[in-house]
Amino acid sequence: MSVAETLETGAEARAGTGRWRKLLVVTLGPIAAALMTSGLILLLFGINPLTYYGFVLQRGLLSGLGLEQTLTRMAPLLFLAAGLIVAFRAGIWNLGVDGQFLLGAVAAAALAPLMILWAPGWLTLLAGFALAGAVGALWSVLPALLRAYQGVNEIITTLMMTFLGVSLANVLVKLIFLDPGTTVPQTRTLPVADRLPRLFDTSISSGLILGLIAVLAVHVMMTRTAFGLKLRTVGANPHAAAHAGLSVPRLTMAVFALSAGFAGLAGAVDILGVQGNVRADWNPAFGLMVIPLVFLARFHGVGSIILIFFYSALLIGAESAARRVGVPQDFTLVLVANLLIFLGLAEYLDHRRKRTEG
Amino acid sequence: MRDLARSDHPLPAKGADAVGLVNVTKRFPGVVAVDDVSLTVRAGEVHVLLGENGAGKSTIVGMLAGLQEPDNGHLTVGGGRVRLTSPSGSLEAGISTVFQHGMLVPTLTVFENLVLGDTWWHRPPRALVERRIAELQRDFGLDVPLDALTGELSLGQQQQIEIARALLRDSTVLILDEATSMLTPAGADELGARMRLLAGRGLAVIFITHKLSEAYRFGDRISVLKQGQFAGEIPPEELRGQTEVDAVEHMVRLMFGTGSAAPASRRATRAPGPVRLAVDALRTEGGAEVLALRDISLEVREGEVLGVAGIDGNGQKQLAEALAGQRPITQGSVLLDGTDLGRASVAERRRRGLRYLTDDRLSEGSVGAFPVSENTVLKEIGAPPFWTAGFERPGRIAAHARDLISTYAVRTPGEATPIGHLSGGNIQKVLLGRELTGDARVVVFNKPTYGLDMQNITASRKRMREIAEDGRAVLLISTDLDELIELADRIAVIVEGRIRGTLDNDGSGEMRLRIGRLMVGDLEAAS
Ligand SMILES: Nc1ncnc2c1ncn2[C@@H]1O[C@H](COP(=O)(O)OP(=O)(O)O)[C@@H](O)[C@H]1O
Ligand SMILES: [Mg+2]
Repeated sequence: MSVAETLETGAEARAGTGRWRKLLVVTLGPIAAALMTSGLILLLFGINPLTYYGFVLQRGLLSGLGLEQTLTRMAPLLFLAAGLIVAFRAGIWNLGVDGQFLLGAVAAAALAPLMILWAPGWLTLLAGFALAGAVGALWSVLPALLRAYQGVNEIITTLMMTFLGVSLANVLVKLIFLDPGTTVPQTRTLPVADRLPRLFDTSISSGLILGLIAVLAVHVMMTRTAFGLKLRTVGANPHAAAHAGLSVPRLTMAVFALSAGFAGLAGAVDILGVQGNVRADWNPAFGLMVIPLVFLARFHGVGSIILIFFYSALLIGAESAARRVGVPQDFTLVLVANLLIFLGLAEYLDHRRKRTEG
Repeated sequence: MRDLARSDHPLPAKGADAVGLVNVTKRFPGVVAVDDVSLTVRAGEVHVLLGENGAGKSTIVGMLAGLQEPDNGHLTVGGGRVRLTSPSGSLEAGISTVFQHGMLVPTLTVFENLVLGDTWWHRPPRALVERRIAELQRDFGLDVPLDALTGELSLGQQQQIEIARALLRDSTVLILDEATSMLTPAGADELGARMRLLAGRGLAVIFITHKLSEAYRFGDRISVLKQGQFAGEIPPEELRGQTEVDAVEHMVRLMFGTGSAAPASRRATRAPGPVRLAVDALRTEGGAEVLALRDISLEVREGEVLGVAGIDGNGQKQLAEALAGQRPITQGSVLLDGTDLGRASVAERRRRGLRYLTDDRLSEGSVGAFPVSENTVLKEIGAPPFWTAGFERPGRIAAHARDLISTYAVRTPGEATPIGHLSGGNIQKVLLGRELTGDARVVVFNKPTYGLDMQNITASRKRMREIAEDGRAVLLISTDLDELIELADRIAVIVEGRIRGTLDNDGSGEMRLRIGRLMVGDLEAAS
């Protein structure tokens, strides 16, 4: 639907009008509907929605600093999207990315501040990423083995592992990697100067570039390479894959490792680029938000990037807009929920229309 | 189960018409599955339906079970004309069907399965069910553990539960479609005894089997179908007057005897060349639902077509998979041009020239959502020239696909169309093209024309002929005896995972009978 299909149908060079109509109906329409419904809710609280949206736009997109924050926020989301695209295109529903993300983050935060004391900066960052990716992947081994060799549904196992992973990350922060130098429970902190470099003269973390590369690379891998076709074949029809001589269990293991590895990298890019440490009880639950975005983009790399950009802007803009007009922070969630409901509805209607026409 | 409350139920008098077909015809695209068949099943009789695979037995069952409706003619229940438009309509008419593949929910308990069709706002009448099950246990020796998880029971036990369910519904007609094919001989005997008891109570039982000795021992009346047509019957008087050997021979004649002469277009056998494929004492592991192969030995020579005949489900699929490398072999060897393939992978075997055209075009042979082009190279992912350094060369793949489409006359809007949008015959052409790409030396066909229309069947058979004439070796697994007689030089008959015998195909009218005897008769009757 929406972005992805609009991009893909571009290649088919069908009549332009159909594409625009589609963009209007299944993407812009729901967005407008969500804005209006959320605006009505604001009106009920006696708040002028235009003021609120004005602040969101101003802060998230139009002000220089806001835009820089928006772009910086995209980095971990992009890595998560990369991991989800691999999994979803291969028919594996890895819903445990939050646990993998958090453990990757803790691993990077445990290693980097100590390693920087004796190792060069670039090596520390590289090691932080590698360790985080490995830890993320490690956290998926159990669901992967169960799925690959026992056929156990991974939706349940990855979700369960994510709860365990979040708790384990907390335990690690509070008991093992605790910074003895502070009273708040958190890990040691990587000095700002040693984090991922900023882009040019801005405050944008270069993690953005890494994230973009990750999503595009995954997109190319899944759509253009032999390995990607193998994974897609396993995802689309495991019997056909076995018949064609592919090792379904081994490829399944590879999908889990890649997907969870990217989730671990997402943790690393946030810690090594922005946060510097992991505070106890920190769990941004980015994964849960990125999953619907990747779905809406139909697992398309560029589509995901565009959606993540707007979502980041919304996150950043809504934080300050909420403060200024005096609604709770969580109003963002209302807006997002409305958006998802309307996008889903539009998708359903479009699907029905296609079926009746087809 | 609205009927649970009724414990004593009126059954029609023995010998009265229970259900019937009157001049029923049912067509599917390209085939007449049931062709003007009239049949009466009487209360108090076990009525056996016999026929080769594809004869139309399951289609008749489907119509009686309310899954399909006749195109022409009509059904009768209790002597009166009826329409059975839905499964619940069929149940209400008193017809219960036990399908070949169980219809119980494995994650529910037996009790829950038994009351599943009940009106949803009623509380399941546990006490009533318990009382009636106790009766069934006493009267028929049915073993129904009400609180067991259905999925954990053996197939034989599950079948007893399906029968119990039919009896709880107070059905007057019980249909068992190939119910013994998954049972042990002892289990089949038990089922047979139970059928006799039920018929004794006045039920009409329709029993479909491929085992002729079962038909003789459990059946009262035997009807034979051939290519959708009614081919004859053995009424009770006649059946009781015959010995088992005579009766089996009688059935074999009805099932396999040719009215028509041998196919006119039989392939001329030429002097076969050296041995291409040699299989020696091959064994595979079996399981609860897969038959093991036992001591399969066969040889296929250059330019030769070796047919493998058998009733569906006697190990044909396992044989094809073992040859293709999809199923591990536990003993024995497979030699291709004299070299032992050992544990060579699927891809390795393909590269060496051993090709396998699966019988499962949709869920194994192709990926429906992928374009035709990707499906043509699905077995060579990553190999040049279609990939270089791991990257796809879409132009080359498309050109290859267009080539294949025109060579094999595939009817498709283009190579970018998802293959799932094509008809079965056209998917089959794509798969055939894929298997013959490159240096194919031995081609294993598993039911290559199954489910195709006449035009595609003719085209496929012509292809197989050409493949053999090109000097390749062909192993043709088929349930269609006419196809085997038309194409094969020799025909091996597979029964329960073993080769029961191999016949030289002389193309004579006697071939069908000789193969048939090996396929369905007893060992004694066959020799
Ligand atoms: N749903 C269907 N669609 C198309 N063809 C069918 C369908 N069901 C059965 N057939 C065809 O009808 C014929 C009879 O099939 P069936 O009744 O299953 O035979 P049997 O049970 O005797 O083996 C076969 O040629 C089969 O391919
Ligand atoms: Mg059948």
